[in-house]
Amino acid sequence: MKHSFLVLRAKFIALCFFITALFSASANADSSGVIKIPTHNWSSQLVGAEVVGELFKMVGEKIEYVSMDSQTVYQAMADGDIDIVHEVWEGAFGASFDKAVATGGVIDLLTHDAVTREDWWYPVYIEEVCPGLPDWEALAKCSDMFARADSGGKGVFIGGPVDWLKHDAEKVEALGMNFVVRNAGSAGAIWAELDAAVAQKKPVVIFNWSPNFIGAKYEGKFVEFPKHDPKCTSDASWGVNPNALYDCGNPANGYLKIGVNKDFEKNHPKAFNIAKQMNFSGPDIDKMANYVDTDGMEISEAAQQWLKDHKSKWEKWIK
Amino acid sequence: MNNIIFERFKNYWFIYPFILLWIIKPFLPEWGVVPPKSCLGGCGTIEGMIPFVQWVNNLIDILRNYEIFGFFTFREFTRSIANLIDIPLDFTEALLYKGFNTIPLGPMPWVMILGLVIILGLYLRGVNLAILGGACVLYLAIFSLRGIWTLSMKTLAAIAVSVPLAVIIGILLGILGAKFKIAERLLNPLLNILQSLPHFSYLILVAIFCGVGAKAGVIATVIFAFPPMTRLTILGLKELSSEIIEAGRMNGCNKWQMLFKVELPGARSSLMLGINQVIMQCLAMVVIASFIGQPGLGHDLLARLQNLRLGQAFEIGVAVVFIAITLDRYSQALVLKEPKRKIEGVFWKRNPYLFGALIIVVFSFILSLLTAAAIQLPKEYTISISGYLDWGIKFITTSLFVPLGIFRDFLLVYFFMPTKAMFQSMPWVAVIVLVGCAGWKLGKFKLAMTVMFFIFLIAASGYWVRAMITLYMVSVAMIISVGFGVPVAIWASRKKSTTKLILNICDTFQTFPSFIYLLPAVMLFQISDVSAIFAIVVYASIPITRYTIFGLRNVPSQIIEAAKMSGCSESQILWKVRMPLAFPEILLGINQTLMFALFMVMIAGFIGTVDLSQEIFRALSFNDGGKGLVIGLCVSLIGLTADRLLVEWSNIKKKEFGLIK
Repeated sequence: MKHSFLVLRAKFIALCFFITALFSASANADSSGVIKIPTHNWSSQLVGAEVVGELFKMVGEKIEYVSMDSQTVYQAMADGDIDIVHEVWEGAFGASFDKAVATGGVIDLLTHDAVTREDWWYPVYIEEVCPGLPDWEALAKCSDMFARADSGGKGVFIGGPVDWLKHDAEKVEALGMNFVVRNAGSAGAIWAELDAAVAQKKPVVIFNWSPNFIGAKYEGKFVEFPKHDPKCTSDASWGVNPNALYDCGNPANGYLKIGVNKDFEKNHPKAFNIAKQMNFSGPDIDKMANYVDTDGMEISEAAQQWLKDHKSKWEKWIK
Repeated sequence: MNNIIFERFKNYWFIYPFILLWIIKPFLPEWGVVPPKSCLGGCGTIEGMIPFVQWVNNLIDILRNYEIFGFFTFREFTRSIANLIDIPLDFTEALLYKGFNTIPLGPMPWVMILGLVIILGLYLRGVNLAILGGACVLYLAIFSLRGIWTLSMKTLAAIAVSVPLAVIIGILLGILGAKFKIAERLLNPLLNILQSLPHFSYLILVAIFCGVGAKAGVIATVIFAFPPMTRLTILGLKELSSEIIEAGRMNGCNKWQMLFKVELPGARSSLMLGINQVIMQCLAMVVIASFIGQPGLGHDLLARLQNLRLGQAFEIGVAVVFIAITLDRYSQALVLKEPKRKIEGVFWKRNPYLFGALIIVVFSFILSLLTAAAIQLPKEYTISISGYLDWGIKFITTSLFVPLGIFRDFLLVYFFMPTKAMFQSMPWVAVIVLVGCAGWKLGKFKLAMTVMFFIFLIAASGYWVRAMITLYMVSVAMIISVGFGVPVAIWASRKKSTTKLILNICDTFQTFPSFIYLLPAVMLFQISDVSAIFAIVVYASIPITRYTIFGLRNVPSQIIEAAKMSGCSESQILWKVRMPLAFPEILLGINQTLMFALFMVMIAGFIGTVDLSQEIFRALSFNDGGKGLVIGLCVSLIGLTADRLLVEWSNIKKKEFGLIK
């Protein structure tokens, strides 16, 4: 009895050896020394990631694209699992990014020329029924038409997910608007709301940002709140409401940054040299998104197209 | 007469203390209505009574930084284990889409995969299976909008590692559980928690301790997929008839032979169901695993949804379903395959299928050298119907928006909002008393204490208000799901053909990525409780339908015959015989409906709800692993409480009908 068990075990061990041998013969070389670039779920980032990867390849680096959630990526970068995030949006990821920088694992490398805008936005046909837009006071007067069955008579503003940390509720209160903020759970939910409303030409006011594909698909405008000022979020006495913070719009020019892991310079000096000279402009980001969203190109085609059209630009970076 | 009414009242005694406490709510002290905050761990710093979140975060920090043996930290230890997964993963990735580095060999061409899948189907069962497999591969190759083929191969590479891993882990733990009483007692609560824990609550922990990328995706998938395998292994091994075991003993089997030659083969049908569930669970994780770096269909699906490309997302969803069903049917055929007797003769006569496979490999290899179209179909030859799908979705949502809008507002104003207010007005003490009394009625002191403890933990964590909103959505969704699923199941269970049809629909909806119907739900019902509950109902109706059909069809035919003989009408047979006998299964179905609803309520957070799911997403973005896990456990505890009560109730019913002793 003991004998047969031994034979079984011998067979098992042999099988293990065989499998290990098979894997080690065929498997790819180890993955250290590879630059890991995250890919998220919006087009400009996907194309940009491939552009960045292609540039790094030109100086002989190896690239691996890792699909990742755009918030968890900062923990991963601080842990050294991700090397570079090339689209850090102030509005959406500023908080996670700052936290990661504070741990010392992530370096705030540079700010692109591209500026971002994020604020309340409406499809243009609403101007016909609510005169005075895009001024915020006109919107406040029309709050009735944005009311819903479950909003208690107040207008509904469709905000971004709570983790984007917008101060819309504070803004509504500070400006005394008769609105409630309903936070969508994802960007997709905001677009679904917008799409359904546009199809019926119903009033809707949503959280939107630029650059993104919505601008090309639907005509609309940002609501003009009192202009942003650093004092607005730190000094209550500033602005329309002397007793409250956030009585203003979001910054009309938020940053777009590049963040890298702290060891990136040490491990990949050539790639780091490119990264610190990189700079995407607003039209660059727009184009990358539009190649995919409007022209229907594949991600890699779009990246190649951008590289072809902007040779003079990136040639300076790889010097 | 009075007596009967009195009996009825007595039967429902457990509900009265709850109602009483609710009524006297205005006289209750403040701490009895809303769970109080405490000063444990610093005043004003925590939300609840007990600083669970702080504790978990401290533990994470210790595991992350403290060097256990002075050499390495726990995190380094788990990470090095996680890296082992890269070994098989590198192999499957190279085989399916990357190509090999060390030897000059590209990935498998699609014609080769097509040929091999067909011949495997023929070998395992026959023409029908081969047609299914071939159709699946052709769909993936032809509907290659922006490369569904490559995406599917990425997904398949991960699945090819996580399914066997989950099956092996599941069976090993199952054997332990079946052999050792202690192991089973330890495993049971662990499995319960793992199955009801929302994925989003442990993603951060997986990222911290195992890193990110395809391997992390595999780990998260295995965590979710192995529990049903373990459960079914335990069940299968324990329910083996004593004759089989006796026969094994008589033949002089030793312990290992018993296990591998007698018991495991004997439990084959349970194991098969286990493998089926593992495959379904693995494919259900395709989208969620992409949050921590799993490449493939899931990642692409999310990207398309965020850009409102529903038609394209739908095509990807169909690809996921196709892969799931094909894998499932193939694995079932593999398990059911009878050993054939040996045929004498030359090699190709002895092994015709192996020989055919070799020919296909050689032929497609040569073909791939001649034309690149054999490796992957070029774009010109592929089709996509996403444009039509977009148009169809648009047409439906536009034309139904106004009539459904009236329906939506009616539901909101007259049902959902009052129900929500009702749930929110319940004092927490009253809720604890309610589950305690219910526990006492069903299982006396022990059960009562357990479920009360569970609910107390939720209250102590500081997420009570949000938990009640989750409970409200889940309860409403469950009532609708049961109200919809049971009649469908009654109708379907009458004939074999309708049973098969509905079960296939159940399979499809279970594997169809649920993210896809979130956005149409928003288009129809806006961002409101109606859209969230609608999405939950779509998913939670599956188990109640499945289990009710199972229960109704499993009623012994002698009993139905006997009922017919005694002159029962069709409806009498249904309501007086089949339904009561199927009741224990229906209760288990309700139990599973709750689990599905809890799973989906978290995903419905992507629509925008103000319950626990919103807090989990917040924790996810701030990398707050402790908070994520604690909220996840709150969800889990809701599930566990209901599970305990329902299982006990089902056992009591079974005893009443004499189904078990």
